[in-house]
Amino acid sequence: MGRNLFDKVFDLHTVRQLPSGQYQILMGLQLIHEVTSPQAFAALRERGLGVAHPERNFATADHIIPTASQARPFADGLAEEMMQALERNVAEYGIEYFSPESGTQGIVHIVGPEMGLTQPGMTMCCGDSHTSTHGAFGAIAFGIGTSQVRDVLATQCMSMGRAKVRRIEVNGRLRPGVYAKDVILYIIQQLGVKGGVGYAYEYAGDVIEAMTMEERMTVCNMSIEGGARCGYINPDQTTYDYIKGRKYAPKGAAWDRAVAYWESVRSDPDAAFDDVVKYDAADIEPVVTWGITPGQSTSVNGAIPSLEAFDATEQELIREAYDYMSFAPGQPVRGTKIDVAFLGSCTNGRLSDFAEVVRHIEGRGFKVAPTVRAIAVPGSMKVREEILKLGWDAILREAGFEFRDAGCSMCLAMNPDKLKGREVCASSSNRNFKGRQGSPTGRTLLMSPVMVAAAAFAGEVTDAREFFEIAAEPAGV
Amino acid sequence: MSDDAKRIRISGRAIPVRGNDIDTDRIIPARFLRCVTFDGIGEHSFEDDRLQIAEKGGTHSFDKPEFAGAEVLVVNKNFGCGSSREHAPQAIMRWGKGIKAIIGESFAEIFFGNCVSLGIPAVTADSKTIGRIMAAVEADPSIEVAVDVEKRTVSWGSESADCELPDGPRMQFMEGRWDSTLELLSAKDAIAATASKLPYFNHWQ
Repeated sequence: MGRNLFDKVFDLHTVRQLPSGQYQILMGLQLIHEVTSPQAFAALRERGLGVAHPERNFATADHIIPTASQARPFADGLAEEMMQALERNVAEYGIEYFSPESGTQGIVHIVGPEMGLTQPGMTMCCGDSHTSTHGAFGAIAFGIGTSQVRDVLATQCMSMGRAKVRRIEVNGRLRPGVYAKDVILYIIQQLGVKGGVGYAYEYAGDVIEAMTMEERMTVCNMSIEGGARCGYINPDQTTYDYIKGRKYAPKGAAWDRAVAYWESVRSDPDAAFDDVVKYDAADIEPVVTWGITPGQSTSVNGAIPSLEAFDATEQELIREAYDYMSFAPGQPVRGTKIDVAFLGSCTNGRLSDFAEVVRHIEGRGFKVAPTVRAIAVPGSMKVREEILKLGWDAILREAGFEFRDAGCSMCLAMNPDKLKGREVCASSSNRNFKGRQGSPTGRTLLMSPVMVAAAAFAGEVTDAREFFEIAAEPAGV
Repeated sequence: MSDDAKRIRISGRAIPVRGNDIDTDRIIPARFLRCVTFDGIGEHSFEDDRLQIAEKGGTHSFDKPEFAGAEVLVVNKNFGCGSSREHAPQAIMRWGKGIKAIIGESFAEIFFGNCVSLGIPAVTADSKTIGRIMAAVEADPSIEVAVDVEKRTVSWGSESADCELPDGPRMQFMEGRWDSTLELLSAKDAIAATASKLPYFNHWQ
C-alpha cells in the first residue's frame, strides 16, 4: 500500500514522539494576525523566551481592520490598541509584516498564497480555523489556539496527534452556475458539521483536479466547517503554475528541486485512506444555507427540510434553527427577502470571485435593490489593486455595491461592518452561526458570490442561473 | 513539573449547557475578542445566548444563581465548533470560580486541543450518561460532580460511569505536562535536525 500526502508530510516534520504519545511536529510556516497573537507574545515575554525562527513566521492585520477607511488611529480604541500591539511585536521579534503601509495587507489566508509563501509539502499553522485554506496547495495546515501560537513562536513546533484521512472524490463535471462554494457546502451538507472530527480531508476527483487554485482554496477553506481541522488537495501543474514567480517562490535552480519535492509528497496512486466517499458533480446545484450551522443547507430550489428528516438527537437544534431564522419546514428558500449582500472573506474574496460576478453584471444595467445594502470587500490590498486596474470597482459601484478596503469585514463581528437587528444577509463568507455577523439576532444565508450578487439585485434569494441567464450547458457540449 | 499543574481528579458543583453544535462564537461573541489580554473575558461567556434567552422570559444556566460557583461544565455534542479562538475556553475558565473540567458527548477538535493547552480536561461520555448527569444536576445543583482523569470515570452524587480521554492528553494532565512550551523547547537539536532535512525550510537556500 502506498502512502497519502498527509502521512508523508506529517512524518517528514516529526521531530520526535513525546512521552504523552503525541508527536512534536515542526511547523514549516506560521501566519500571524492581530487577534490571536497578542497574548502569545505576552506569554513569551513573561517566560523570557524569544522567537525561535522569525524567518518562518509572517504577519498581517485582517480581523479588526476597518474597510471603510484604514486611516489611523482607528476610531475603535480597542482595535487601535490591537494594531499597535501587533506592530510592536513584529518589530521587536523581527517578523516580516504585510502592513497596510506596504500595500501588502490582507486576510491572512489570502496573503500567504499571494506572496508564494504557501507551498506544497509544508506544515502550516495560524491562530485561525480557516488555516485549512492553505491545504489547497498540498500543505497540511492547522488552525490553532493562542497557547499553540505561543509554542510555535518559541519553538516552531507543536504537540499533536496524527489525524485519520478521508478521501472525498467529486467526479464528473459541474453544471454552469455551480461553483467551488457549492461543492464544499454540498460536501458539508452530506457529511455533516461533525463528520470530519478526527479527520484530515483529501479532496480529489475530476472536479477538484479541474479547479483553479483559487477555487481549490474555497473548498479547503471550509474543511473546518465540516469538522475537519485540515483539508488538502494533491499538488499538480495547476499548483506549480500558480506559485511560480511569486515573491517567496523558489527561483532558478531551486525551482526544479522544489517541484521534485512537491511531487514526492503527493498521495501515491495506491495510497491507503481511513475512509473514501464519492460524489457525482451532476447532483450539485447552487446551495444556500437556511439554518445556524453550515451543514443546514438546501439547493436553491429546495425547501426548508422537515423535522422528521433529522435524527431525533438533532431535532432540538433544527427547531432552534427554524426559530432563529424564522423559517418554517417546507418553505422554499428561494424568495427569502434579504437586507444585506456581502461579497468577500477568506472563502470568496479573491480576484476570481469578483471576476465571476463582474462577468455576469458588466454592461447589463443591474442595480442593487433599494432595500438592500451591498458591500464588496476585496480579500487583500493586492486583490483590490488588481480590481482597480481592471476597472471592476466602477462596475461594482455602478451596480450599487460599496467597494471597500481589504479585510475580513462582515464575515465576523470584529470591525465596523456588521448586521443590525434581525437583518438577513446573503453572504459569500463561511459561517452562519447565531450572531456571527455582528448582530446577536442577525441572520446569515451562505452562498456563492454569484448567488450573492443575484440576491442583491433581486432583493431576495434567487437562482442566479436564471437571473443571469447562465446557459444550462457549457459551450461546446 | 509542579504538582499544581497535575490534573488527576477534579470535582465540584456542575453546570449544564444543553444543545448540540454550540460554536465558539456563541461561547464568546467576537466583539469580546477585541483585547490584548484575556482579563475580564469570563463574565462575557455565552453573553448573547444569555440575553436572548432572557428576552424570551427564560434563564440561561450561566445566569441561574443555583449554578453560580460551578466548576464542571456538562455539554452535549460537538461543543466548541467553529472558530479556533482560545478565547472560548479562556472565558469559561474565568467565569465565576472558573470551570476546571468539561464533560460532553463530543468536542470540536481545536476546542479540545485548546482545553488541553490550558489544563482543562474535556472528557467524553455517551449520550445516556450525559443525559443522566444533566438531569441530576438540574434536579439538585448542589451535588458534587467529579472527573477522574486517572481512572477515566465521571461521578455525580452516588452514581458513576466510564468516560473517554485519549491516552496522550490523559498523561499530559496526570503528569502536569499540558503546558508544552518547555517540553517542545527541550528538543532543540532534534528540531534543528528535522529542519535541516526539509528542503524549503531555509527559503530554498
